[in-house]
Amino acid sequence: MVGALGVSQVAFLILAALTVLSALTVVVHRNPVHSAVALVSTLCLLALFFFALDAQLVAILQVIVYAGAIVVLFLFVIMLLNLQAQSRATGGPLLVAAATLGGVALAGLVVSGLGRAAAPPAAGVGAGFGETAALARELFTAYLLPFELTSLLLLVAIVGAVALAKKADG
Amino acid sequence: MAVDVAIAAAKALFIVLLVVQVMGLGVFFERKVSALIQDRIGANRAAIFGFAGLGLVNTLVADPIKFLLKEDVVPASSDRLLHSLAPILSLVPVLVTFAVVPFGDVLEVGGRVVNLQAAELSIGILYVLAMVSLGVYGVVLAGWASNSRWSLLGGIRGSAQMISYEIAMGLALIGIVLTYNTLDLQEMARAQGTLLWGWLPAWGILYQPIGFLIFMTAGIAESKRIPFDLPESESELVSGYFTEYSGPKHLMFMMSDFVEVVLVAALVTTLFFGGWQIPWLYRDGFHFPFGGAVALPSLAVAVLQVTSFALKLVFFTWLQIVIRWTLPRFRYDQLMRLGWQGLLPLALANVVVSALLIVLWSGRSA
Amino acid sequence: MGPTPLGWYLALSAVLFAIGVLGVLVRRNVIIIFMAIEIMLNAVNLAFVAIARSRGSMDGQVIVFFVMTVAAAEAAVGLAIILAMFRNRETTNADELATLRW
Repeated sequence: MVGALGVSQVAFLILAALTVLSALTVVVHRNPVHSAVALVSTLCLLALFFFALDAQLVAILQVIVYAGAIVVLFLFVIMLLNLQAQSRATGGPLLVAAATLGGVALAGLVVSGLGRAAAPPAAGVGAGFGETAALARELFTAYLLPFELTSLLLLVAIVGAVALAKKADG
Repeated sequence: MAVDVAIAAAKALFIVLLVVQVMGLGVFFERKVSALIQDRIGANRAAIFGFAGLGLVNTLVADPIKFLLKEDVVPASSDRLLHSLAPILSLVPVLVTFAVVPFGDVLEVGGRVVNLQAAELSIGILYVLAMVSLGVYGVVLAGWASNSRWSLLGGIRGSAQMISYEIAMGLALIGIVLTYNTLDLQEMARAQGTLLWGWLPAWGILYQPIGFLIFMTAGIAESKRIPFDLPESESELVSGYFTEYSGPKHLMFMMSDFVEVVLVAALVTTLFFGGWQIPWLYRDGFHFPFGGAVALPSLAVAVLQVTSFALKLVFFTWLQIVIRWTLPRFRYDQLMRLGWQGLLPLALANVVVSALLIVLWSGRSA
Repeated sequence: MGPTPLGWYLALSAVLFAIGVLGVLVRRNVIIIFMAIEIMLNAVNLAFVAIARSRGSMDGQVIVFFVMTVAAAEAAVGLAIILAMFRNRETTNADELATLRW
């Protein structure tokens, strides 16, 4: 596998390293605002991966919805609560060691399990795979019921968030 | 392969240069048009060997040099990394959006047909929305990182305003997407070359007048220009979210302000006013509906189209500057009320009515 | 599946998921815990999109669409809960928000 690395594989490795680095920054850094900025960079790098996987609409939605709206919401809450850099950010060293060990074990377990599993039947992709029309066709025919339920869920979320965040006055 | 890369690089360079020129022109207009509106002369003191060029030397030479040579002051208690990152996050997304704006139809050069658009994305319009969403970070981080109450207030107001008007902008774009049945800006510009009733070019403004008004308003609100400039409000918040910036970083914020003006102008042109289209000009020359045709080589057609695009850009930049110096600014609650209770229902109604009319008149279904 | 093998994408997804789990277990600030949950969701999204590409079926991307929507709704409600709790208890430390314990 490591014999001849093509351009796309080298690009994948570099981007993957950057993604892992920014994800680590999110969970390790002591300043919440820096964590949020690192989260934005992780999400944008993942959007690049989605582009490489022929999922253009999902990639651009990732940037619009996740990086452009959800993390802005996080930043707003952090600024409203005026969270400064935490002095004691993590639990005790025993917890950190145990969790790191557990995380590495989990990653190793999944990767080895995948290595042993049979590869899914590889199929070619048709024309227009990952385009807006293809995704929309699936959404409005085969997945219509989940689509409608999701819009209901969004409505419930809007009402719930406003109700929860309002100051209780009288 | 190498030729493809060279062509792509040339297109990208061309559009960036065009944008920077129009932005420079915009800055000059800002000084001179405001002076004309306010019955004064405007900046004309800086001169090179006595040549003041109507204030061109002042605006385009002296001002940038002044900004670049000023000392870069960073407040002591500020977050250095974010303080330096915020201007970049403000400027880069706005500049990068121009990659999907078409500035001409095609250019036949050496047997190749070159599409005059820097990046041919099938999801062009969504890319624009994505970059506009990323532009919020510049504001929010600038306000937070400066660690000063003027900046924080300006930053929070600015980002809340931007995300509110993003929604109205996106919904106004849905009407246009429904009309042209595509997300690609070049296809939309090409589709506006068809003729209604044999003589009227089918520009977007005829199909989506309400959409144009909503988009223009939302666009001016996104770029935080007067009448929506409360986050910056020079007379109230000192300088709002970029109070604590000086020197080159301040220049980057001002640049991003003007580049966004040009961006709104470019989008309005492409979506509603035909982009690079000149009425009755096709790839092989003019074909007038009342008879007569003028054959033109491909290069001449491309030059005419690029010129028409540039002129429309300059016109809409000028229009935004005139709007800036004419209207008073909105109070913050009026601003938010306009965005949520005015533009949003109007944009939703626009989408519903557009969809109904499309199904009924053109019989287009799924 | 083309230039980059599917296994690499799934390995990256597993690593990101593990980083998210690490964040949830180790950090004390509820907002950072929330961000780590978002990383886990994104890791799963990556796995879905990679497998969808490998199988040539759009189902994976549809599921990612729904995951994104649900994550947005969850983020809104979750942050509202955090705001309400902060208003009550003046803290975002997960150790101190433990009144449901016996």
